Amino acid sequence: MATGFNQSAIDSSTIAIGTGDAIGEINKYDFRTDSPAVFKARRGIDADIVSQISEMKREPAWMRDFRLKSLEIFNSKPMPHWGGDIGVDFQDIFYYLKPAEQQGKTWEEVPDAIKKTFDRLGIPEAERKFLSGVKAQFESEVVYGSLQEDLSKQGVIFTDTDTAVREHPDLLREYFGRIIPPTDNKFAALNSAVWSGGSFIYVPKGVKIEFPLQAYFRINAESMGQFERTLIIVDEGAQVHYVEGCTAPMYSTESLHSAVVEIVVKKHGRCRYTTIQNWANNIYNLVTKRAMAYEGAMMEWIDGNLGSHLTMKYPAVYMMEPGARGEILSIAFASAGQHQDAGAKLVHAAPNTSGRIVSKSISKNGGRASYRGLVRVEPGARKSRSSVVCDALILDDKSRSDTYPYIEIEEQDVSIGHEASVSKIGEEQLFYLTSRGLTEAEASTMIVGGFIEPLVKELPMEYAVEMNRLIELQMEGSVG
Amino acid sequence: MTAQPQEKLVISGLHAAVEGQEILKGVDLEIGRGEIHALMGPNGSGKSTLGYCIMGHPSYEVTAGSIELVEADGTRHDLLAMEPDQRARAGVFLAFQRPMSIPGVRLADFLRHAVTNVRNPDRKEGQELMPMRDFRSELKAKMADLSIDTEFARRYVNDGFSGGEMKRAEILQLAMLRPKFAILDETDSGLDADAVRLASQSIARIGGAEMGILIITHHEQLLEHNIPLRTHVMLGGRIVESGGPELAAELHKRGYERIRAAYPEAAAAERSMQDALGSETAQPVTA
Repeated sequence: MATGFNQSAIDSSTIAIGTGDAIGEINKYDFRTDSPAVFKARRGIDADIVSQISEMKREPAWMRDFRLKSLEIFNSKPMPHWGGDIGVDFQDIFYYLKPAEQQGKTWEEVPDAIKKTFDRLGIPEAERKFLSGVKAQFESEVVYGSLQEDLSKQGVIFTDTDTAVREHPDLLREYFGRIIPPTDNKFAALNSAVWSGGSFIYVPKGVKIEFPLQAYFRINAESMGQFERTLIIVDEGAQVHYVEGCTAPMYSTESLHSAVVEIVVKKHGRCRYTTIQNWANNIYNLVTKRAMAYEGAMMEWIDGNLGSHLTMKYPAVYMMEPGARGEILSIAFASAGQHQDAGAKLVHAAPNTSGRIVSKSISKNGGRASYRGLVRVEPGARKSRSSVVCDALILDDKSRSDTYPYIEIEEQDVSIGHEASVSKIGEEQLFYLTSRGLTEAEASTMIVGGFIEPLVKELPMEYAVEMNRLIELQMEGSVG
Repeated sequence: MTAQPQEKLVISGLHAAVEGQEILKGVDLEIGRGEIHALMGPNGSGKSTLGYCIMGHPSYEVTAGSIELVEADGTRHDLLAMEPDQRARAGVFLAFQRPMSIPGVRLADFLRHAVTNVRNPDRKEGQELMPMRDFRSELKAKMADLSIDTEFARRYVNDGFSGGEMKRAEILQLAMLRPKFAILDETDSGLDADAVRLASQSIARIGGAEMGILIITHHEQLLEHNIPLRTHVMLGGRIVESGGPELAAELHKRGYERIRAAYPEAAAAERSMQDALGSETAQPVTA
């Protein structure tokens, strides 16, 4: 499997990577043979559908009840009146498809634009089909299997959330829906009712996982779905870096993606969660991500958003005990017909907590990028420190950038800083670079690459390379 | 001047304006490859404007005249019809008086891209860059030759550079791009005497029989190691007098009073330009 971005994440000397015709070995690696086949997919959402999803997954009663209660909450909540214009008809969506049905699509049905981008990114055929939802990537399950063995020796659990519900009920019941309850917002409620797939990770006390864990290795068609649910528990003194998504464009026939990611980082634990998402232009991407960091713990979100019609995503860190730290780095790129309403949220709920938000947005060809962020200091969170830096780069006169910073401070003895800048690519910068032989397009791309460099250098190397290639693709034809 | 026919940069009757204000009022200048020319003149006389026009700055509108590359066999290439990047690929280089900073872009990455394009004028966007290994070893050698610390290449282009560092970065780019014709716009400004001497030596090492150089300067020190074949004096948007190296020494010692007295028409143009611009210099307003 000669894909560029996942090899260095694992120790290739200890893990055999499958090659060749994996299709013939489907049965060998298909651990989903227990799925009942009676589910009838139909559009829309009601208690019947939600119950069926739960039944399909052979869930315990508590989870079914959780789903049904969440559905009620979803129905009772109004649409958010801020952010972007959410033009979603909830009754015109498939909320659950069996993996087989998702795979039922043919390569021919995948839009040319997506195929072309795969070509440009140099993604191998098998992976392309997987990414576009045509079939599951079975080779990755081979890798996943070996990885599992290595991790489970250390007591690490890394599985899909559906499996976790069946196999790790105690952990699930303790944490699932506790960091982001269904009452949090309409889309968290929707996800809670119809969720499917996503990752579950438990890292036991003191275990430090040295390489990034990538969703790619455990992913199956199901978790490519629209309503992923991820739960990560980092126990005391433990450490993990989780990488979600991939930089290839994600194509889906459905227009709504609404994930929930819950993370708990216990005393002196560390967690870094990296996401790069590049959605097709028809997608509403409405995601709730939140972490609770306890004494001396460190939580970092690195969040890259490209594509989609509308993205609303504000990763949050709640610093619950003294010495907790939270850091959120976000990159948004909005092009024609795209609105990125992205940002971050830091809540200082204990003394001596420190937070940092760095946001970079780029808008071009009429795209709109908004930064929306909250820094909140609770009473008693003395000597807390937070800094917010948000920089916007606007590439042309048609495009737009907005900043909505919210700061709520209920404590005197704190230090909170906020800096924002909006810039355009300067004619003088372009002239300087073009006078050295770069075309105007190359010069613009270079300037944009430099603009996001402070964040890109935080990415695992293979992601940084892909991110830069993606920016180059996004920049094509942007200079007229 | 050599007797052999050689490739030349030829500027004829050049008029140019910025924001409707005419700055150049008929400039004629010929520079052959291997020749060094000095261009002097008071602030606001149009020296930098000439450099920008040769390189194709979008804020400067050429209203009359021509700028051409003329090959040894007489083939002419119209620079005015080319974009700045095409001019660079054709072998023209401008060392900026005030180089722009490009945060987040490493000098080495930028230079590799620039060198690749300039050496392969037909390269299409997205095609392979010069092999990293070759580029690195060449860059390292050039930096050693110019006494520049290799760490410099890892820094972001002109970002947080001191005045002296910016000028050295410009000279490094000149050395790597090896143009046929280079315009050095006050590469000595803002430098102390030692730094000017170093710059002068560096330029002398880079130049040679293959490169025509136009040195724009107020001072003669930069010319110490780069004896000009001709020294030109610009006043009020025209080259009013040309001479040998002794002219540079005279202007450096005595200033421009003799010139203004000798060319009253140009001196009047200088005054009216300064009034119109409301400033001492004719820097681009967009800077």
